[in-house]
Amino acid sequence: MNTVLDVRNLSVRFRSGGRLLSLVKDVSFSVSRGGCLGILGESGSGKSMTCKAVLGLLDDNFQAEGGVFFEGRQLLGENPETLRRLRGGRIGVVLQNPMSCFDPLYRIGEQMAETLGEHTSLGRRRIRERSAELLELMRIREPGEVLRKYPHQLSGGMLQRVMIGLALALRPSLIIADEPTTAIDSISRHSVMREFLRIKRTGETAILFISHDLGVLSCIADQVLVMRLGEAVESGPAGRIFDNARDAYTRRLIRRHKAVMSKFLAAVRQGPEAAA
Amino acid sequence: MKNYVIMRLLATIPLLLGISFLCFVFINLIPSDPAEVALRIRQTPVITEELIARTRAELGLDQPFLARYFHWLWDCLHFDLGVSYTNPARTVLGEIGRCLPATLELAGLSLVYVIALSLPIGFLSAVYKDSWFDRLMRGFVFAATAMPVYWVGLLLIWIVSIRLDLLPTSGYGGLSHLILPAFTVALSYISTYIRLIRNNMLENMREDYVLYAQARGLKRRAILVRHILKNSLQSCVTAIGMSIPQLIAGTIVVENVFAWPGVGRLCIASIFNRDYPVIQAYVLLVGVLFVFFNLAFDILQYAADPRLRERKA
Repeated sequence: MNTVLDVRNLSVRFRSGGRLLSLVKDVSFSVSRGGCLGILGESGSGKSMTCKAVLGLLDDNFQAEGGVFFEGRQLLGENPETLRRLRGGRIGVVLQNPMSCFDPLYRIGEQMAETLGEHTSLGRRRIRERSAELLELMRIREPGEVLRKYPHQLSGGMLQRVMIGLALALRPSLIIADEPTTAIDSISRHSVMREFLRIKRTGETAILFISHDLGVLSCIADQVLVMRLGEAVESGPAGRIFDNARDAYTRRLIRRHKAVMSKFLAAVRQGPEAAA
Repeated sequence: MKNYVIMRLLATIPLLLGISFLCFVFINLIPSDPAEVALRIRQTPVITEELIARTRAELGLDQPFLARYFHWLWDCLHFDLGVSYTNPARTVLGEIGRCLPATLELAGLSLVYVIALSLPIGFLSAVYKDSWFDRLMRGFVFAATAMPVYWVGLLLIWIVSIRLDLLPTSGYGGLSHLILPAFTVALSYISTYIRLIRNNMLENMREDYVLYAQARGLKRRAILVRHILKNSLQSCVTAIGMSIPQLIAGTIVVENVFAWPGVGRLCIASIFNRDYPVIQAYVLLVGVLFVFFNLAFDILQYAADPRLRERKA
């Protein structure tokens, strides 16, 4: 009963002209409370499409089939209003490109208040306090200042942490993070990952973590699903996948990652001349 | 903010000088002799060379070009736009002041039409993209853009005033006289703005902030109005700033079709009569309107967009 999200044989097709293009083929996975499933894959592998299908964010040109069970309830074909109430409430979402995910015309505080107001019946003052609390939880200094800022006045890493804070706002049972570390610099990446690890350690939330970055996934995921061209090519416990992958594609990804990492480490050890 | 406004105000000075000079040059390039035309309009029985020379001196036309320009400029700065060549009893300022209210009524109602129609139509066309409504409106936009203003005017007079006998065909009067000409002026702007708002909205719908707003569980209506529409209107604000003086200047054709006694008709009459001071005043007026509306709307947009405010500060 600890399974929060159970995806069974999910397929997504895109209607283009008269043809149907298969984008996600027969993918199954599940995430349980306190656990983290990492979906690994290159761009175009169908990772983001899978996450959009789970959230009900695909438009009418897409056709999703199979089962998406959230806390035992089938979400595919559920009415849009019910899905909307779940998003941002029971299911927290963190997206990539934090710099472009906020509306440039509204202050951070206004956008947080808008979200909290949508899912709770808190008064304006209480919402403001809660927003500040969330930012503080994300170790953002001077939350009052940050709430008054416009998105372009904050860094990508900062905005990413605002997003994580907002995803946590209603104590969700599931957080879906789609490439949350891709668009930010490596120092911010470190602090963002620290927040995710902290969320995981509380043991209250299931995390679906999508990334193309093996290094990032290896530090948070306990289960890994590798996707390629819309298909799940490998899945299992993170340790086994990283050390002893069965699938050739997965092995290649891991080998490359290790090669890049060892080159990087060698360069760091020997100084800049050797790197060139 | 204050610095920005001051800078922009200072920048209008050379711009206005340039406009006034160009307007003076072009009018003086008109080949016929204004003195001779003025005498003819005043119905002088015998026009002799001597009389023309005297009239030229009287109108100040015997002086060198630059001297005339600076003289005119100096007077303009004192709000003295001179007297009409054809009717020396009337000052140019008086003539413009007499005709301007009618033009402003026309342009004002057109602007109301433009905003009241293009905003909801553009919004709905984007929200219900490819529906029958959107397709119908796309057809309307296409037709409205393709038809010349004077033809639309004549068509409306024929259908609405003559065949259906609903509204007066032409002339100055109450609101009923204003409806058709204002709609004629507005028509091409309505179609431009429908397209602008529709396309801006469709473009904004693909932005990440919309996806994230959906992911935060915001209501569809809130996303459409608070976020997509507001962002889409940003560029429309600048465009409207340019359209207002265009509407005022653009009444020139429509005023003649509907016999509307505004500055546009005054201008056309003055062009036929080679009444230089009036034409000059009209062109200058339109130039000044463009400069100031552009300025006012830039400042408005600057105040509305936090990103601009920061960059220029």
